Amino acid sequence: MKKIRVLIAKPGLDGHDRGAKVVARALRDAGMEVIYTGIQKTPEDIVEAAIQEDVDAVGLSILSGAHMTLFPRVTKLLRKRGMGDVLVVGGGIIPPKDALELKKAGVAEVFGPGTPLNTIVDFIEKNVGKKPDVAG
Amino acid sequence: MSLVEGLRNGDKRAVAKLISLIEDGDAAATAAIREIYSMTGKAHVVGVSGPPGTGKSTLIFRLAQEFRKRGKKVGIIAVDPTSPISGGALLGDRVRMGDLASDEGVFIRSMGTRGRLGGVSAATSDAINVLDAYGSDIIFVETAGAGQTDVEVSDLVHTTVVVVMPGVGDEVQALKAGLFEVAHIFVVNKADLGDADRVASDLSIMLELGEQGDWTPPVLTAVALRGEAEKEVADFLEEHLTHLRESGRMEEKKRRRAEKELMIAISESVLERSLALSSGRSFMSFVDEVLEKRMSPREAAIRLLEESHSGD
Ligand SMILES: Nc1nc2c(ncn2[C@@H]2O[C@H](COP(=O)(O)OP(=O)(O)OP(=O)(O)O)[C@@H](O)[C@H]2O)c(=O)[nH]1
Ligand SMILES: [Mg+2]
Repeated sequence: MKKIRVLIAKPGLDGHDRGAKVVARALRDAGMEVIYTGIQKTPEDIVEAAIQEDVDAVGLSILSGAHMTLFPRVTKLLRKRGMGDVLVVGGGIIPPKDALELKKAGVAEVFGPGTPLNTIVDFIEKNVGKKPDVAG
Repeated sequence: MSLVEGLRNGDKRAVAKLISLIEDGDAAATAAIREIYSMTGKAHVVGVSGPPGTGKSTLIFRLAQEFRKRGKKVGIIAVDPTSPISGGALLGDRVRMGDLASDEGVFIRSMGTRGRLGGVSAATSDAINVLDAYGSDIIFVETAGAGQTDVEVSDLVHTTVVVVMPGVGDEVQALKAGLFEVAHIFVVNKADLGDADRVASDLSIMLELGEQGDWTPPVLTAVALRGEAEKEVADFLEEHLTHLRESGRMEEKKRRRAEKELMIAISESVLERSLALSSGRSFMSFVDEVLEKRMSPREAAIRLLEESHSGD
């Protein structure tokens, strides 16, 4: 039986991971296997972990405002390593204009603060394994 | 390129995908394991067990760094419990493992205990085989202090390290049921927080009272967080491996592992078979026999199995 595996990471330098942990628990309670990697991970570490854990999705949480560099770096590295089919979602305070840019860069969805946990769970359940692996 | 070829070429993605097939109980895993099985048996497999939160992941992180310095390729399997209710799991051991993942010579995999037919050790055993065939010199298997799991996994490893910490009441007493007997090295971690020396001496007394084998488990105190332990623990790991080889115990261990693997495989096959039977046509008629008290369940089972065999 195939189980959905999700990596939850918190790139960047700020040390608050409350939100990330809440999401991690919600995904676990929905029957997924959640690999939680903790705070202050570099995009390189995150992608390497995603490969070794063979995850279906990566959830990135970020508050520090560095999302426009960190998120695209992760999606780009994933594609480069042949993991372009991994679903990437983000969470944090992200202005709508930036969210659009991020979607163009391969982030499937961004969830602002206060998004119901159900919405995030449903989105991941519906969208994993749907993305074609485009090399880049 | 097939996953097995990928593994032979050192492709981490292939290794990861193979482990996923194993975890999912995919039929392709059986074929892949058959292909790589002859390449296994080279790695030193080390179990790291103990109550929750004692610092097992932190210690493994330090040990991995130390063995990298000694030129070894390191594999890590971290097993955490799957929730029996949701089927999900929160696998958090990587948090303590820093940037190890980006080291070319390290492979880390987190696994939920899930509910594979052959029990926890079924998937763990095959994952060990994959990392072994991949060329890991040393493989650490962290289990989450879930008592039975730890002891089960100890059959699959060469050396068992048990990590405890001071300040949780009677640490030694808690260990006595099971883990105590299978330990080859004791680490009393978090020596910065409490009276580790007292715990260590309690452990030593217990060991003296117990059965004396040809290996006396060392009891070490440690502050894994600060990296004050790994050299000593690593030295003892190497010493234990040498001891196993020189005393002839390694052959015994290998035989025991082979027995265990075969038993796991048998029980999985039998369980698969019985699941198949339970959805078959004659199953329901035997249920009627049992319901009407014309047959005992055991008798019905024997007849059902005979019937299914003669149909092969
Ligand atoms: N003070 C102190 N804290 C430590 C030491 N080693 C680990 N810790 C802390 O103890 C906590 C648990 O450490 P882990 O390495 O995750 O312990 P674990 O045994 O792997 O935990 P589980 O996998 O949840 O059973 C973390 O907050 C560590 O930072 C130590 O030597 N001293
Ligand atoms: Mg741990």
